[in-house]
Amino acid sequence: ERHRAKRRDGDREKKKRRKGRRRRASRAGEREDEKRAKNYQESEGRERDEEEQAQIKTGKTAKTKKNIKNEKTRKVEQEEGEAEERNAKGKKKHGSAKKEEKDEDGGKCLRPESLSPEELEKLKEAVDERKKLIQGLRGKPWSMKKKLVTLRESQEFVEKYEGALGKGKGRKLYAYKVMMAKKWMKFQRDFENFKTACIPWEMKIKEIESHFGSSVASYFIFLRWMYGINMILFGLTFGLVMVPEALMGRPYGSIPRKTVPRAEEASAMDFAVLWDFGGYAQYSVLFYGYYNNQRAIGWLKFRMPLSYFLVGVGTVAYSYMVVIRTMARNANESGVGDDNSFNFSWKTFTSWDYLIGNPETADNKFASITTSFKEAILEEQESRKDDNIHLTRFLRVLANFLVLCCLAGSGYLIYFVVRRSQKFALDGLDTHTWWERNEVNMVMSLLGMFCPMLFDVISALENYHPRVALQWQLGRIFALFLGNLYTFIIALMDEINLKREEEKIVKFNITTWEASLYNSTVSENSTGPPITIQPADVPRGPCWETMVGQEFVRLIISDTMTTYITLLIGDFLRAVLVRFLNYCWCWDLEAGFPSYSEFDVSGNVLGLIFNQGMIWMGAFYAPCLPALNVLRLHVSMYLQCWAVMCCNVPQERVFKASGSNNFYMAMLLVILFLSTLPAIYTIVTIPPSFDCGPFSGKKRMFDVIQETLESDFPAWFSKVFSSASNPGLVLPFILLMVLAIYYLQSTSKSYKEANVELKKKLQTSLLQLLMCPCQAKRGEQEEEQTSSAEGTDGPRGGQKSCITDCRATKEQQRVTTRPRR
Amino acid sequence: MGNKQTIFTDEQLDAYQDCTFFTRKEILRLHGRYHELAPHLVPMDYTNDPDCKLPLALIVNMPELKENPFRNRIVESFSEDGMGNLSFNEFVDMFSVLSETASRELKAIYAFKIYDFNVDNYLCKEDLEKTLNRLTKEELTPEEVELVCQKSIEEADLDGDNKLSFADFENMITRAPDFLSTFHIRI
Repeated sequence: ERHRAKRRDGDREKKKRRKGRRRRASRAGEREDEKRAKNYQESEGRERDEEEQAQIKTGKTAKTKKNIKNEKTRKVEQEEGEAEERNAKGKKKHGSAKKEEKDEDGGKCLRPESLSPEELEKLKEAVDERKKLIQGLRGKPWSMKKKLVTLRESQEFVEKYEGALGKGKGRKLYAYKVMMAKKWMKFQRDFENFKTACIPWEMKIKEIESHFGSSVASYFIFLRWMYGINMILFGLTFGLVMVPEALMGRPYGSIPRKTVPRAEEASAMDFAVLWDFGGYAQYSVLFYGYYNNQRAIGWLKFRMPLSYFLVGVGTVAYSYMVVIRTMARNANESGVGDDNSFNFSWKTFTSWDYLIGNPETADNKFASITTSFKEAILEEQESRKDDNIHLTRFLRVLANFLVLCCLAGSGYLIYFVVRRSQKFALDGLDTHTWWERNEVNMVMSLLGMFCPMLFDVISALENYHPRVALQWQLGRIFALFLGNLYTFIIALMDEINLKREEEKIVKFNITTWEASLYNSTVSENSTGPPITIQPADVPRGPCWETMVGQEFVRLIISDTMTTYITLLIGDFLRAVLVRFLNYCWCWDLEAGFPSYSEFDVSGNVLGLIFNQGMIWMGAFYAPCLPALNVLRLHVSMYLQCWAVMCCNVPQERVFKASGSNNFYMAMLLVILFLSTLPAIYTIVTIPPSFDCGPFSGKKRMFDVIQETLESDFPAWFSKVFSSASNPGLVLPFILLMVLAIYYLQSTSKSYKEANVELKKKLQTSLLQLLMCPCQAKRGEQEEEQTSSAEGTDGPRGGQKSCITDCRATKEQQRVTTRPRR
Repeated sequence: MGNKQTIFTDEQLDAYQDCTFFTRKEILRLHGRYHELAPHLVPMDYTNDPDCKLPLALIVNMPELKENPFRNRIVESFSEDGMGNLSFNEFVDMFSVLSETASRELKAIYAFKIYDFNVDNYLCKEDLEKTLNRLTKEELTPEEVELVCQKSIEEADLDGDNKLSFADFENMITRAPDFLSTFHIRI
């Protein structure tokens, strides 16, 4: 029997080996579908296991090798029987268990030398399947004992036959590959362990989750993720820009750009000046202006200007990559946001937050779930009372108009204030009060604090559902921050232009100054020693890049300070007052007017996103910004964790802004794009200052790339690059990419549609099976006819004939009324 | 790797890492938690696979489960005897399924088991009523409960048998945006 099987095997082998891969893929797909339906029953089928083992021992193992390849073909009776058996009994072991048993029984016929290449191939496949099983073991819904047993068995099988497979051609290479794969897996596992051990603040977040639920905790998880990104950015800027210049570049005081000018020397150490990032802080590695434009520094011949440029580009590229990768991962996990078709089911099964561990929060949650159900029931029952829709519409238009006025007003205010600060700067900073010097940052921060409250009040006019109101609120705050930021940048641009005008004047002055110096030396003893000029005395150009960096750093600092002070006053002081004044006050402060504040998740998340946007904008001109942000996020984490546990109460009603996690990620992506635009614009259009920074002396900042290509790479490289940047080559390339995008999009659309079709098919086949078993066969035939006819409502129409009347009508109703997918 | 611990052999730890979503450190920590539930019952040395089960009453008193209205059902679904007595293997399995990195399909399977109070592989109306009453602490009137259960079954039931099979439940729960974030216990 075995010989006959083997011969049939061989024939089929030759035909099917070509289609082997596709088969396996589709087989896996089919298996997945059926597995889903049967998995649940499978997980309880202990008897089936025993039966399976008994079957093995009766010696039907001869068919196993065939089955591995020919599972899909039901033409051969034996195979059909075996495959059906296996379908019914669970494909958990993928037939390899039987094979293993068989191998142990007929060990003599499986010595590797005696195997034909086809059998070797099948053995290899079996081993691969076992390996895949081991990989996917943690996702199986079996009891732990069963998983451990399966794991041990599979590992033994793999070990036993993996070495054996190596005999024959390419044995050494195979064994080497196997060993490397094992080492790689071990390394991956150790790395995963290391990574999870490195994750900070896990217990803090757990505490917050158990007290406040998952929505508040999601802010802290987001904060932690941002912290990780900023650590990487910090590593890049610190390690590749700041440290090389500090260690290998020329020291402080050796050249003009690295020295505090004589005029400012007296005040360079003052705390007020340092806090403003002037004085010694300005002439240090923290800002753009300090860096020397020497092409290669130190004994490493480190290309400083190139590194500066590439790190700037690299931080943006890395951020894009991380955000898009996270978005893709979230999109895969979360289902399609379908708000209405499973309203009550979702409320019943997904409203309890399993993270809650605090009795008060649990009580709160019970109450909010009850309220949510009552509301949903009310909405379901009562008809929409659309009284006075005109009034509502008018009020909404009025509200939007007010909001627009607010936004325009805040934009103008910022512009005005920035212009004023320029005037102050021209007069000299010392003649003004602290407020006047820091006006811009204070105004921006205060606007960011008070305008959202104003929007909140205005939105009371609108009378929206809380979730819709939250979305409008977020949209308006977003517009506010964006408007403020861009007004600030426009004002900054004006300042840059002013500084460039100033630069021209300074350049002219320098030439006259040098001429006067030369004249004075010549007029004296011409063989005397040349006059050395102290670097501090050399007239300096205004370094617009450092100015830009300083502005951003000041903005971030004042923003941070405002946030912390608001936190302390708004949350902490309020909580203290409510707590202690409650003893001697007329009404109950805790339940009544002020009461304890709730943690505003969306406001905080937006603040975090905009902060990051400012970092991205300014990081090119102030390499210290990522370091500053790491520090800031670290402190924020501890401060806000403490504040939330100490001063806030859990929210009564929780409304998430949107169904998917991607809402905030999408905002982050938009901010990333919008904040890198100004930096890119300035890099590409404005020529760098002539006497400060790593690009001084060049016409454009990106000329450093050209220079590197010409001098550091062999000649043919630059030829290749220059020919590659030829428009004749670039345009077709862009066209090709556009076509590729279009193609990928259309294939993804077709995959989605195929997915929908398969799901429908699955539903109908389930229906057939569960309906009337006696009519199941008839249904199957009809389904085959209709599926061959390729009609989308074929199955439905087909089943109508085998369902009793009342069910059929209900099905029809459900199909038409529910807006699926 | 580096730490000398005598609770598990290295093979056991590797096996646990293959069968759950936990890392080595987390598994050791889980053992610590299991041990502190009943220090005199649970041995510190698991190298020879002791047969030790903790009763339901001890496990549902854990701070992570204490406030959960479904705590009894959760523990029962993961126990082999269906009565809620968990060995360490089942304990680890339970928290692995409820961990953040477990797949959606796996969570759906166990969620179905948890909400199936009468263990008949279907979510019938009684199961839904029990679920609802636990969720709202019986604050809803019987008519409201009836309405909600009716609507839930209508929404999710595909085969028209007035109860939810696993396929119906899975179809409904995998689209839920909140499912992954709420069906999660951090340990």
